[in-house]
Amino acid sequence: MSNVDLILPLLIVVPLLAATLPIALGLRFDRTGWAVAAIATLGLFAAATALASVVYTDGLVTHTLGGYPREYGIELVADRFSTMIALLVTAVAVGILAYTRRGGPRGNTFYTAYLLLVGGLLGITLTGDVFNLFVFLEITSIATYALVASGDGPESAVASLKYLILGTVAASMYLIGVAFLLMATGTLNMIELATAIPAAERPTLIRTAFAFIVVGFAVKVAQWPLHTWQPSAYQQAPDGVTPLIAALVSTASAYAFGRLIVTVFGVDYLAAMPNAAAIVVTVGCVSVLAGTALAVIQTEVKRMLAYSSVSQFGLVIAAYGIVIAGNSGAAKTALTGATIHLVGHGLLKAGLFLAAALVATSYGARTVHEYAGLATHRPVIAGAMAVLLLSLVGVPPGVGFVGKWYIALGAVQSQLWPVAAVVFLSTMLTLGYAARLLEKMYFTPLRVESPAEPGPVATDGGSDADDPSEVGSAERSTDATASETVVPVTASSRAAPETVSVGMVAVVVLAALCAVALGFAGGTFADLLEPFLTEVIS
Amino acid sequence: MIELLSSHYTYVLLFALLGIGIYMVIASENLVKKLIGVNLFQTAIFLFFISMAYINVEGASAPVVPNEKNPGELLVASPLPHVIVLTAIVVGIALTAVGLALIIRIYAEYGTLREDTLREVRADE
Repeated sequence: MSNVDLILPLLIVVPLLAATLPIALGLRFDRTGWAVAAIATLGLFAAATALASVVYTDGLVTHTLGGYPREYGIELVADRFSTMIALLVTAVAVGILAYTRRGGPRGNTFYTAYLLLVGGLLGITLTGDVFNLFVFLEITSIATYALVASGDGPESAVASLKYLILGTVAASMYLIGVAFLLMATGTLNMIELATAIPAAERPTLIRTAFAFIVVGFAVKVAQWPLHTWQPSAYQQAPDGVTPLIAALVSTASAYAFGRLIVTVFGVDYLAAMPNAAAIVVTVGCVSVLAGTALAVIQTEVKRMLAYSSVSQFGLVIAAYGIVIAGNSGAAKTALTGATIHLVGHGLLKAGLFLAAALVATSYGARTVHEYAGLATHRPVIAGAMAVLLLSLVGVPPGVGFVGKWYIALGAVQSQLWPVAAVVFLSTMLTLGYAARLLEKMYFTPLRVESPAEPGPVATDGGSDADDPSEVGSAERSTDATASETVVPVTASSRAAPETVSVGMVAVVVLAALCAVALGFAGGTFADLLEPFLTEVIS
Repeated sequence: MIELLSSHYTYVLLFALLGIGIYMVIASENLVKKLIGVNLFQTAIFLFFISMAYINVEGASAPVVPNEKNPGELLVASPLPHVIVLTAIVVGIALTAVGLALIIRIYAEYGTLREDTLREVRADE
């Protein structure tokens, strides 16, 4: 075995160190930020791929920082569960960087916050220590607050402060949980905790710790009724930033919660803990229903997608509940489902928010109403968005179906019929808001005085100067697509050459293709996870 | 009950501080006071960690400093919670800085630090 384990610290340290460069170099040179971020992110993606190839052939890769043994030092661990999330983080980061090259916020400060965020997320994924998990959660959060606040209007600062206060209280709740764990066991290392927790003399402390941790993560993962920060944060963040936050930040928190359940507390221990499973399942199921119901009544597309995140993460949390409650077979199925759904949802939400950003830039549409006739004018974006939406609903070849299928299967295996019913019902409700958007895009003809009414476009900021050309370009593209049906990508890019490049469209299309491809690869996911599952669930 | 509370007075004080902090976050209309509440909340957790270091070692001195009462015997409290609290304080400072920066921006945009006024101003727009 060579020095493969050195990849682990590098994955965390490189983005954090590179984050200083855009600002430091920005004092002397103007446009270094993108180069630094691109090199760093591509390097991280390559490193994560190399790591994955080792992890999925040989199994666990660990690195003890500074060579101190586990009892004193900090450990970094990459196993089959965390590597999957690390791959998702780096891949989505590459895609969003490609998009923001033309479309997003640029500026050196953006690249600094972006690299900090990626570093924090990889830290959450790879750490093997519950306290370091807190530190990385906070690094991620601070970068997210800064990114949300970089939105145009003053509303973004308000949304960001709301997120900051709730997020800090949530992370502090988690820290109290860690304190109780330390009190009961005297260690913070995840692997040591796994053996120390069942042997602890005072189980009340462990239960208290679990209660605080559940509350902390319920806020971080945006579970109803603690989700209130999420819609405003997603809506007010700049268009190029929302995909990054929506795809990764809550996903990493949900991953961390899953890691604590299966590795630290242990499934058997939690199964014996009174009401633990019932509470987690209830939190998840209520979020699924409340999230979809709130998404259905939204008129703003970004806000609707944000509420959809509440419900999709509810499914993941409900799956964790099944893992705690069920027999070992059901627990394995549900955990597979939760992991696939985490990865799949991350990819889908990145694609959907990118598509929404693209539509807002090129077409000026932000509400569901304004999406009318999108399919005629922007067939490629509309097509990609339709694929992503259908996949989110859970139409078979999409990756959303695979995750839901495993979760529902786990619910049935463990006889938790309400959860199976909730999965089914959420699919119906998801179809409710997805179909509304699809209907607008494909079957509602464009009204003549639309699409860029002065009101909504003026409030979105930034595109005021493009207003007159916006209407014109939309009409021009009608002619363009009518005459050239063969190459619609060039048609849409020619319609608004300043704002939308082929690359931006290509990223969205790629996300849609990946969603379908990963849907077909669902079985491979399960196979890759299998050794991890047999290890943690006896 | 009284006996339990008096023998565990540190916890009573710490959780009172915790409660004051969370109450300020929820009830105070002033944004700066909310942030102070968050800080109190965090400080209570830090003190909880520190107090924990001395739990299982009777008569221990601070870490690294030799025990003056029994010079022969090196009895110190666990240094782990102290290290953790140091890191957590740094995280807390960073959070406070970001929060204050956001509050300054809100004040510059809306001209108020109070949440109820802010709500009215935003509703008017």
